[in-house]
Amino acid sequence: MSTAAQFLVIGERTNITGSPRFAKALKAGDWEACLAIARQQVESGANVIDINVDEALIDGESTMVRFLNLIAAEPEIARVPVMLDSSKWSVLERGLQCLQGKGIVNSISLKDGEAEFLRRARLVRRYGAAVVVMAFDEQGQAATRDEKVRICTRAYHLLTEAIGFPAEDIIFDPNILTVATGIEEHNGYAVDFFEATQAIKATLPGARVSGGVSNVSFSFRGNNPVREAMHTVFLYYAVQAGLDMAIVNAGMLGVYEEIPVELRDRVEDVILNRRPDATERLVALADQLKQSSTGDSAGKPAPEAEEWRRAPVAERLRHALVKGIDAFIEADTEEARALYPRPLDIIEGPLMDGMRVVGDLFGAGKMFLPQVVKSARVMKKSVAVLTPYMEAEKAAAGQASAKGRIVLATVKGDVHDIGKNIVGVVLACNNYEVTDLGVMVPAERILAVARESKADVIGLSGLITPSLDEMVHVAREMTRQGFGVPLLIGGATTSAAHTAVKIAPAYAPGVVHVLDASRVVNVVSALLSPEQRAPYLAEVAGKQGQLRTEFEGRQGKRAALPLAVARARAAASRWAEVDIPRPEFLGTKAFDPVPLAEITPLIDWGPFFSAWELHGRYPDILQDPVVGSEATRLHADALRLLERIVREQRFTARAVIGFWPANAVGDSVEVYADETRSATLGRFHFLRQQLEKPAAQANHCLADYVAPRDSGRLDYVGGFAVTAGHGVEALAAEFRAAHDDYGAILAQALGDRLAEALAELMHQRARQACGFGREEKLSVEDLIRERYRGIRPAPGYPACPDHTEKRTLFQLLDAPAVTGITLTESCAMHPASSVSGLYLNHPDSKYFAVGKVARDQIEDYAARKGLAVAEAEKWLGPYLDYTPAG
Amino acid sequence: MPVSTPSAPARDDAFRRLFSGRIVVLDGAMGSMIQGHGLEEADFRGERFAGHPQDLKGNNDLLSLTRPDVIEGIHRAYFDAGADLVETNTFSSTSIAMADYRCEPWVREINLAAVACARRAAEAAERATPGRRCFVAGAIGPLNRTLSMSPDVNRPEYRAVTWDQVVTAYTEQIEALLDGGVDALLVETIFDTLNAKAALYAIAEVQERRGAAARVPVLVSVTITDASGRTLSGQTISAFYHSVAHAQPFSVGINCALGGEAMRPYVEELSRIAGCYVSCYPNAGLPNAFGGYDETPEDMAKVLGDFARQGWVNLVGGCCGSTPAHIAAIAAAVRGVAPRPVPSARRALRLSGLEPLVVT
Repeated sequence: MSTAAQFLVIGERTNITGSPRFAKALKAGDWEACLAIARQQVESGANVIDINVDEALIDGESTMVRFLNLIAAEPEIARVPVMLDSSKWSVLERGLQCLQGKGIVNSISLKDGEAEFLRRARLVRRYGAAVVVMAFDEQGQAATRDEKVRICTRAYHLLTEAIGFPAEDIIFDPNILTVATGIEEHNGYAVDFFEATQAIKATLPGARVSGGVSNVSFSFRGNNPVREAMHTVFLYYAVQAGLDMAIVNAGMLGVYEEIPVELRDRVEDVILNRRPDATERLVALADQLKQSSTGDSAGKPAPEAEEWRRAPVAERLRHALVKGIDAFIEADTEEARALYPRPLDIIEGPLMDGMRVVGDLFGAGKMFLPQVVKSARVMKKSVAVLTPYMEAEKAAAGQASAKGRIVLATVKGDVHDIGKNIVGVVLACNNYEVTDLGVMVPAERILAVARESKADVIGLSGLITPSLDEMVHVAREMTRQGFGVPLLIGGATTSAAHTAVKIAPAYAPGVVHVLDASRVVNVVSALLSPEQRAPYLAEVAGKQGQLRTEFEGRQGKRAALPLAVARARAAASRWAEVDIPRPEFLGTKAFDPVPLAEITPLIDWGPFFSAWELHGRYPDILQDPVVGSEATRLHADALRLLERIVREQRFTARAVIGFWPANAVGDSVEVYADETRSATLGRFHFLRQQLEKPAAQANHCLADYVAPRDSGRLDYVGGFAVTAGHGVEALAAEFRAAHDDYGAILAQALGDRLAEALAELMHQRARQACGFGREEKLSVEDLIRERYRGIRPAPGYPACPDHTEKRTLFQLLDAPAVTGITLTESCAMHPASSVSGLYLNHPDSKYFAVGKVARDQIEDYAARKGLAVAEAEKWLGPYLDYTPAG
Repeated sequence: MPVSTPSAPARDDAFRRLFSGRIVVLDGAMGSMIQGHGLEEADFRGERFAGHPQDLKGNNDLLSLTRPDVIEGIHRAYFDAGADLVETNTFSSTSIAMADYRCEPWVREINLAAVACARRAAEAAERATPGRRCFVAGAIGPLNRTLSMSPDVNRPEYRAVTWDQVVTAYTEQIEALLDGGVDALLVETIFDTLNAKAALYAIAEVQERRGAAARVPVLVSVTITDASGRTLSGQTISAFYHSVAHAQPFSVGINCALGGEAMRPYVEELSRIAGCYVSCYPNAGLPNAFGGYDETPEDMAKVLGDFARQGWVNLVGGCCGSTPAHIAAIAAAVRGVAPRPVPSARRALRLSGLEPLVVT
């Protein structure tokens, strides 16, 4: 086990033979990009970076020198040792003359005879490096176990006995050769490597074993999932055999246990040479995997799908809608126009037939949101073909045919609209006419448009808590202006309870909370049906009354502690002993731009699927018997778009992080200009859990994680604001202009994922800046599961629910100027794909929810912040355990 | 060829025996002692360089040729104060550093003269106290050009000097120091490890050519520039040690830039990891507003005496600002304190970038 813990990851991305991206950047002389690749490897956890510039058209010596000199000027890269990798000795020697640290030469061998081998080894020693010795001799490369061991043994004795080379500085590379090539004698190559490794470690004391892993899977070029699985399985067994280090892509190391079982079995058959047909069986599975990951939305029909192209055009339109295939829709629509007397007939005929099927399947849970949105894209493209003809006809019937008109908006101060866009698409699919007013829409505008377009329903969306108040405001305005149409409420921050308690009482004609897009069609169709409307609204009102009673009942027997008692139950730290790391910089540090390629490996796909209402844990969701195939397709589409976004640099990611000296004073934290604490830059104010808790549990407050001023110890807090949102709206708008809501929503969802991943990346850098992060050896999985020290609570989220704390944070970070993120009047961040928060390093820090707070704490909090109590109550409305006055 | 008596191998044995028995005392500053003599341009030039086309005041190393009496006197003062080992006045005696004064043609001569000054002082001290052994280390400074850093912030890939140039310059100095008859070579005040590696490379080449009999111990001393605990070129003390350990130095240590107290954590760390002797010769505190140094002999002796009692050091002395009085106090403070035993290091693959990486 200690072998595994000590395993060294040698980053291969700065190896021109293994990394097309590095090759391209190097050939183009784009040194910044080359450095970014090197930096990314170190950040992804490479313990050593391999540098290889062997390419026919490149001058190896001068390129190696230049790149190493550039790296020497980048402390974030230069902190790790370098492995100089070249088949040319002159390149290796020039490289050695540039390394102040002790690196590794990769490689020398007995290929050119003993004399040359020993001459080079002596020089390596004189330059002060360790050396990789390839299992290669005058006869050639060792393929079998016995040849490998024989050559390595000979080299070991020559080095240690003839020239006194220290055994611990010798690293053998017994050649990882490609398996599953179809040639029978290659089948045992991996096993040969494992056995040779074992023998070398057992018989040549002090020597290490390394290898270039990607070679093993070379026959599966182009199929990354299979290659990754092969690398993971290979390493799993090689490390057990004693492999000490390997050249791998540090950002793409899989976890053995997480490889899907079928794939893992077949890969193991190949790697361990367990059955004669292992290669054929893996090839077969690999083809399947490849097919399922290419999806059908790229417009390349699968062979069995060709059949439907021979059906009559009406059938084809219906099929295209149900399957969401947009490749032929424009041509098919044109063809249909020749058959149908009026364009509207096409919409009301085959297109609506298709959409009805989609609606039914979706309603029955047999189709999933991404498919519905793709169907809508087909519908929109078809309608776009027909629209000019309908306008030419001046057919008013197009509007008459809609089942109803709905105005949707994200309320003033809020910018998130993915959910609202999905609702809009689903409604449009169901033949409702949707007017989407976008984001940050003031009440006056929503109501003016609703009045003008004679809307049948108004829908409001919001993600952040202050939007709840704004929704109440819209409801009051609707009452004041005498509206009578139903009001729909949706969005992440909304709830049936809040709607019942706060919004519904403000607007008598009817307020309905809609949990997610899958419910919206049922709700709207009930509201617009003359027969169903009244009973449905009565039922809703009944439930809301019940919710109000429950809410008031809970208020009666609330168990909020007096604030002083809650404070006495704070989590206590022994401050004299707490490790308080001093960040390596104080003040702020901007990263502008952050290359998107550095961010993508850290994407947490789980929430991406939730945004599409596909529920399940990633990556298990891809194998889910019900939604698995749809999730896989969606994922493939997302990866394709992501690749394009990165390639074309469609989004700009910018970040700023900062650290400041700080101390807690009560439940607030003072941030100082410098370590003398003579000037205070700002204060963060936090809330404390106030509900009664079991004896063993503390009443938490974020301030407890910062050393109190009277502890005598100076502490530090950090902050960050990151965005991947610049460019998201433009790309989404391009998609919408091409009638592709699916692409638009994908783009927005990817923007959100990139912003979260960027927050993770910056947190990693922040932990490194605090020292303790440098010891971390975390996989991407570990990062996403936040298996590290410290937290990054965000204002507006459960641990510090007050969004206005962002104002303090943004001022300290100068975030608007540095990152282009601005705060709306509700303290939402614009652009939407942005994340901000604090860094707290306390070893015990954990996320928690403040929960309900009582009036005494709100009064105390308002006094600390210098706010009127009513103002504090407004911002913290959903967290109050009492009904504020007025 | 060696000009000194007795033979080099015998002196080498005596040098090694000295370290096995006690904490060895190195001398103190040369520069501030020279300053004390109030020498003028004419002193630096002497008759020989009267017509030199450039000012020579400040070229301290040249004084070994033009005022050997002053240099020898300083060495004598340190031996009198109790130093076992003095450094030759050759900190800048390489063709690269001498280029500032256009004195490259005399590099070999300067080194030979410097060794002769120190040797005369050593022999005088040995004669004065029968049975006493006094040694001379050839000082090899860091150069005024660096291999790891660009002098031009806009061109980070640029270097003002090449590896081959540095090796050539050091080789000339090392040949001369060995010919003059030094007992050891001291690669010191290292702020860029790559320059030091080039010096160690040159030493290995020269020693290989001369054969085992001419081999002398190699002492290595790094400079930690500030409280970050790193060299100017960015390495931590452990990373530095990994970078030079291949040269199998006789000792490694820390000198210059900081006072002793500020070196404490780094001396402790080095003493924990080094598989050879450990040295420490700090400045007499940080420079004050007038460019002078404030630590008294007692201040320095207190800190180094404590390092000695902690079992961290084998060789102590002073750097900038220290005087014979400081060295006398330091010698008294470590007298009778056992030297640090050299630990046998666990076998491990030890690598480094700016930070160390150990695979056990």
